[in-house]
Amino acid sequence: MSMVPTLLSVQNLSKSYGGVHAVRSVSFELKAGEILALIGPNGAGKSTCFDMLNGQNVPDTGRINLLGEDTIGRKPRAIWRLGVGRTFQITATFPTMTVRENVQVALVSYGRQLFNLWGSTAAYARDEAGRLLDLVGMVGYAERPCGELAYGDLKRLELAIALANQPRLLLMDEPTAGMAPRERIELMRLTARIAREQSIGVLFTEHDMDVVFEHADRILVLNRGSLIAEGSPEEVRGNPQVRAIYLGEGLLYDARHREGAGA
Amino acid sequence: MAFYFVQFLTGLASAASLFLVASGLSIIFGVTRIVNFAHGAFYMLGAYVAFTLTERLSGALGFWGGIVVAALIVAVIGVLVEMVLLRRIYHAPELFQLLATFGLTLMVQDIVVMIWGPDDLLGRRAPGFRGAVDFFGQNIPSYDLFLIALSPVVLGVLWLLFQRTRWGVLVRAATQDRDMVAALGVNQKWLFTSVFALGVFLAALGGALQIPRDAVHHALDLRIIVEVFVVVVIGGLGSIIGAFVAAVLVSELNAFGILIFPKISIILVFLVMAVVLIVRPWGLFGKPEAAARRTPGLTVNPWRPLTSGERMMSISALALAATLPLFAGNYALTVGSEIAIFVVFAASLHFLMSVGGLASFGHAAYFGLGAYGVAFLAKAAGLPMMVSLLLGPVLGLLGAAVFGFFAVQLSGVYFAMLTLAFAQIVWSIAFQWVTVTGGDNGILGVWPEKWAASPANFYWLSLGITALVVALLRVIVFSPFGFALRATRDSPLRSEAIGINGKRVQWTAFVISGTVAGIGGALFAYLKGSVFPDSVGISLSVDALVMVLLGGVETVSGAVIGAIVFKAANIWLVSQTDLSKLVLGGFIVLMVVAFPKGIVGTLETIRNRRRSSKAKKSALVTSRIEAAE
Repeated sequence: MSMVPTLLSVQNLSKSYGGVHAVRSVSFELKAGEILALIGPNGAGKSTCFDMLNGQNVPDTGRINLLGEDTIGRKPRAIWRLGVGRTFQITATFPTMTVRENVQVALVSYGRQLFNLWGSTAAYARDEAGRLLDLVGMVGYAERPCGELAYGDLKRLELAIALANQPRLLLMDEPTAGMAPRERIELMRLTARIAREQSIGVLFTEHDMDVVFEHADRILVLNRGSLIAEGSPEEVRGNPQVRAIYLGEGLLYDARHREGAGA
Repeated sequence: MAFYFVQFLTGLASAASLFLVASGLSIIFGVTRIVNFAHGAFYMLGAYVAFTLTERLSGALGFWGGIVVAALIVAVIGVLVEMVLLRRIYHAPELFQLLATFGLTLMVQDIVVMIWGPDDLLGRRAPGFRGAVDFFGQNIPSYDLFLIALSPVVLGVLWLLFQRTRWGVLVRAATQDRDMVAALGVNQKWLFTSVFALGVFLAALGGALQIPRDAVHHALDLRIIVEVFVVVVIGGLGSIIGAFVAAVLVSELNAFGILIFPKISIILVFLVMAVVLIVRPWGLFGKPEAAARRTPGLTVNPWRPLTSGERMMSISALALAATLPLFAGNYALTVGSEIAIFVVFAASLHFLMSVGGLASFGHAAYFGLGAYGVAFLAKAAGLPMMVSLLLGPVLGLLGAAVFGFFAVQLSGVYFAMLTLAFAQIVWSIAFQWVTVTGGDNGILGVWPEKWAASPANFYWLSLGITALVVALLRVIVFSPFGFALRATRDSPLRSEAIGINGKRVQWTAFVISGTVAGIGGALFAYLKGSVFPDSVGISLSVDALVMVLLGGVETVSGAVIGAIVFKAANIWLVSQTDLSKLVLGGFIVLMVVAFPKGIVGTLETIRNRRRSSKAKKSALVTSRIEAAE
């Protein structure tokens, strides 16, 4: 693994609101093609962490190095230009456009054609949009109004939009929230496949432990703003502190996985 | 020194009414999320009703009783308005609420003239405050001192009302989260109604208290509402303290601005507002607002370019319009030119509103700037007509570039209020800076050159420019820039996350829109042969809004149809009745309540419904094919 380049390096990231330490001296690294999950109970600081990586929030102290650039103080759109794709916990798409147009807008931006007043968007990067939609299994919906899509399809569309700038890193905030169980597994399998094929690093937050343990290469566990554990799914699952603080609360989960461990 | 102190006190006294009206507006907005454009109308009604009551009732008790009773009567009118009209539109997009309450304002203007006549009315002096206090040789009316003492008292009473009563607690809770308050079993309807009544009472009281200081006339409403909008933009919508501080600030700026720039004192207020908006976009005491409801928010049909059939139809319609000079007389051709010019104007606003999601309430500013631009170039610089026509709109472009830069920092109702205030500033300059603009007398003698002078030729010129402009705007809608603009409107979060600089995109759209409006204004100057401050006025801005709404906010070019229908009906109406404002206002209210999609939008909905019933059948077939694969 030592030959694989580091995409993202976070050092001593901290943020507090008033007297509350939302994030306390968090450090971690992410390599190309790696799928890293950020988990923790509600209020652990996952979203704050995520917002600081996105550029929506500015940390008090610490460093974020993304693809060789220091990103602190940069706007989300500038971070996107570095090669970072994003999906949101609650999908953010353009409801008055067709599915294909949604992807085309992202391609227009990637091609730096945003202030082109004369060209035809319909013709712009039509095939590339089709290819991206095909990648996420949405090509059959290309001409549908985005506002009519079911939620699971919106999530897949968002993934296609996030891939439009040929990102090196994907930031996914609770990618499977609000989806049916089967859709969750399909979406994460799809994401994992694309990430491995194109050697994209993925950082995602997630509450569904089945999703996390099945797809993450490595897991970071946050509690009250601090990183309390880091490691492979097996290591994290076995960590007594993590079980006490977080996993231990879910009796059902415990029961299910004890059976699994016994087998 | 004494002079400046007296000037300061005069400013404080003017702040009293401004504070009353602005706090009423803020309270209503806080709970109902409606920016009540009719607030100026209630202020004016308060003044008129108080005038009548204080004339009829004698003595000190009659005067002061008359003032309070007048405010109560107007508050009851406000309650009726809330129950009959506003309850129907609480969930409509902001634009519709602003328009409906503006429609009310128009109606009240005509009603007031019907009842009290068009002349200025001078009210009684206040008993007990008739004299003046001497201050180092300067006179201060004692009534001013009364007003200065009154506003902190009102502020205190409002504070007690909101902090110490159960009703006040409910209002504060509803300001934070009205759905939660409703879920807790509070009767929301009556809470809203009572809040509206209080807000209107304060506005009417503000108006009634002005009668000893100022003549009562039927243009009071727009004058106060623009100042109030400036106050709440500076102070922050929803904040009573903000309304107080900003009312004092704006009044003092006015009082001292007259000393510094006697002709264009409003510039000072504008500068302060600009600084506040840069430092604190939500006002000194306001809070950042949650994402505004989308302005076009009724349907989600993606736009598409014209089919070849539709393109043929449009070209045929244009060709048909071009034959008008073959059979119509000069008057009809002049009307035709005017309609064509208003198509340009409406299309420019439509582009900003429906594609950009930015509802400008002061678009006449850029239309008027284009007109003045032509007048300056043709009259002062003596340039030939073609050159003036090309360069005149540049003034609209410059105005849009400066004001647009500030306006796009905001969105939703703040954007609407700010654009209105900017337009009013342009109007004030046109009106007050007599040496340059001719003031109320305007600039005369801007006639077209010989080749364009005949009504037929001018009509063809206007029609050609109109067709070109509308076609260009359509190209922009479907260009990459048009999509970037729609993306910013649809989801600011997502567009930022795909690298779009939303503010710069919106600013560009604002400049394009302002330039196009300027082109309309430039033609208008040549059509009328003159330019007056009216072509920057609020009523022109609202005409444009109505044309867009009538055509359909969610369509690509609905404004073209809206402008033709509205302008034709308007010209006919003015020739038929003296009460055109009443009819127009009633029409706006009716349209917002009953017909919010406009003409083209309604036609499209009918067509889509037909198409989707067909499409469902074919979709069934496709899904079977997919399943088979």
